[in-house]
Amino acid sequence: MELPVISNTAESGGGGCSSHSCGSTADQLNQIPDEILQKVFNHPCYSEDAHHHFARMHVAVAPACNIQCNYCNRKYDCANESRPGVVSELLTPDQAAKKTLVVASEIPQMSVLGIAGPGDPLANPERTFATFQMLSEHAPDIKLCVSTNGLMLPQSVDEIAKHNIDHVTITINCVDPDVGAKIYPWIFWNNKRIKGREGAAILIEQQQKGLEACIAKGVLVKVNSVMIPGVNDEHLKEVSRVVKSKGAFLHNVMPLIAEAEHGTYYGLTGQRGPTQDELQALQDACAGDMNMMRHCRQCRADAVGLLGEDRGAEFTLDKIAEYELDLEGAAARRAEVRDRIAAELEEKRNAKAAAPAPKLVALDMSGLATKEALRPVKMAVATSGGGVINQHFGHAKEFLVYEASEKGVRFLGHRKTDLYCSGGDTCGDADTTLQQTVKTLEGCEVVLCSKIGYEPWGMLEEAGIAPNGEHAMEGIEDAVMAVYAEMAAAGKLVAPVEAPAQSAA
Amino acid sequence: MALEINDLCVNCWACEPLCPNKAIYSASPHFEIDPDKCTECAGDYADAQCAAICPIEGAIVDELGDALNPPGSLTGIPLQLLMEAAGALEGTAAKVSSS
Repeated sequence: MELPVISNTAESGGGGCSSHSCGSTADQLNQIPDEILQKVFNHPCYSEDAHHHFARMHVAVAPACNIQCNYCNRKYDCANESRPGVVSELLTPDQAAKKTLVVASEIPQMSVLGIAGPGDPLANPERTFATFQMLSEHAPDIKLCVSTNGLMLPQSVDEIAKHNIDHVTITINCVDPDVGAKIYPWIFWNNKRIKGREGAAILIEQQQKGLEACIAKGVLVKVNSVMIPGVNDEHLKEVSRVVKSKGAFLHNVMPLIAEAEHGTYYGLTGQRGPTQDELQALQDACAGDMNMMRHCRQCRADAVGLLGEDRGAEFTLDKIAEYELDLEGAAARRAEVRDRIAAELEEKRNAKAAAPAPKLVALDMSGLATKEALRPVKMAVATSGGGVINQHFGHAKEFLVYEASEKGVRFLGHRKTDLYCSGGDTCGDADTTLQQTVKTLEGCEVVLCSKIGYEPWGMLEEAGIAPNGEHAMEGIEDAVMAVYAEMAAAGKLVAPVEAPAQSAA
Repeated sequence: MALEINDLCVNCWACEPLCPNKAIYSASPHFEIDPDKCTECAGDYADAQCAAICPIEGAIVDELGDALNPPGSLTGIPLQLLMEAAGALEGTAAKVSSS
């Protein structure tokens, strides 16, 4: 799976990459120690800055799995670690290594290779480590990462530490076997299939041991959790506390994806996924304890390129087989690109540090009649990068969501418009794409974009979301605060507790 | 006695390395078990290893054609729902109630 950046921490003061989406990395990572920052600075999944510059790829070399999750149907790739219903082409370790080297020759921004499935990489140790071995040898500058359910992690830590693997992602959905029994119907352990609570207890124990062993060896650990309403949603706060106390550097809470057509236990039994608001609320609740990752875009297990783009189709097996590698030349190009980008990022960071406190547009309250507390407002922004509102509503594949309050602006996360079924192919009568998009924006009161068509305008208004194209090409934070100030001035923000009665003097 | 892999197999490779007799091999369209080598793990393990890790219900059968992991036994999905889902797949667009 794939992902970009980390989010802010709760104090919104710092601003940052659009305030977070496209400016400074440091602000988002401000709870993370420097030595870890050094390790992840060019990892596109961890730094919103880096993801505009560096590319990553996944190779599907690990088909076997040793557990069953209720959100997974093994007839497809894992629905929650990659996008639903997409079966990736299985590669041999040789093919995977060659593909990586070809991509890294063609795309000099390539900095990271991940192995995440479609099964569990550590349930396929020979295939996984053979791939890593070849890459450590032929392209030592490429960072390697691996994503696992954790069952075989304690046994694999020594091998992991041998390679150029800079971090491990463990999917930990629970630390309580009673919760686990509702998520994992069985595991394969010591030559037996072990069902129910007993299996979940072993899995949990192995995950925790593996986490501790990685930390002890100096391998960074990120934890992924799938939020399953009514099953582990409350419990994930505990998970976040536990994994942080053991040294995980980042926690990524992702929404359950469950649809009947995926044929999963959750899909068929009607288990729902969380709403965007529920997800954000949980991320907020965990944020006090832990660095939270909010930019995860749940990429496919075989994604290639910069985040948000997928160039996988360009690199077919035929093309890879024929390609003549120039390892040294390619490595030199990557080094050049990396240095240039590092310098640019450094310059930006310094400029930011030198600048006065970042554009936390102070809310001009002078025009307000009342002193009452103003409620926070969520706003969605269509942008194609650069920290400005520069995208047409209809072209946006994702929206950045910000919360404006009296304290300032803070970035909450991404909402993808194509995450869920958009009708058509698989489900006869689903909503139109536009309806889906509007639904995606649930909880937001305003959408800022460069332009918007007549039809979506009407639908948004009907849904209680105000479309706004007046701030095109403006900086996101300034615009969000300006709109917030307008809403305040219009008396729309008085907390819904009691009506403001003070009339203007 | 020997087990058999049928066309429900998704070629996930999980069983192949586990077989104590190296009876399992990759083939097209799906993995196969060499009946001359398969012992159903008798003498090696309490449970046939391929069937103990196989994630697909019904994909591994015995000589009588009976599934070692019958429908619902691994996923816990109620039979009624499995049948509805299979029916929906056979028909055209599945009528999906958004959950």
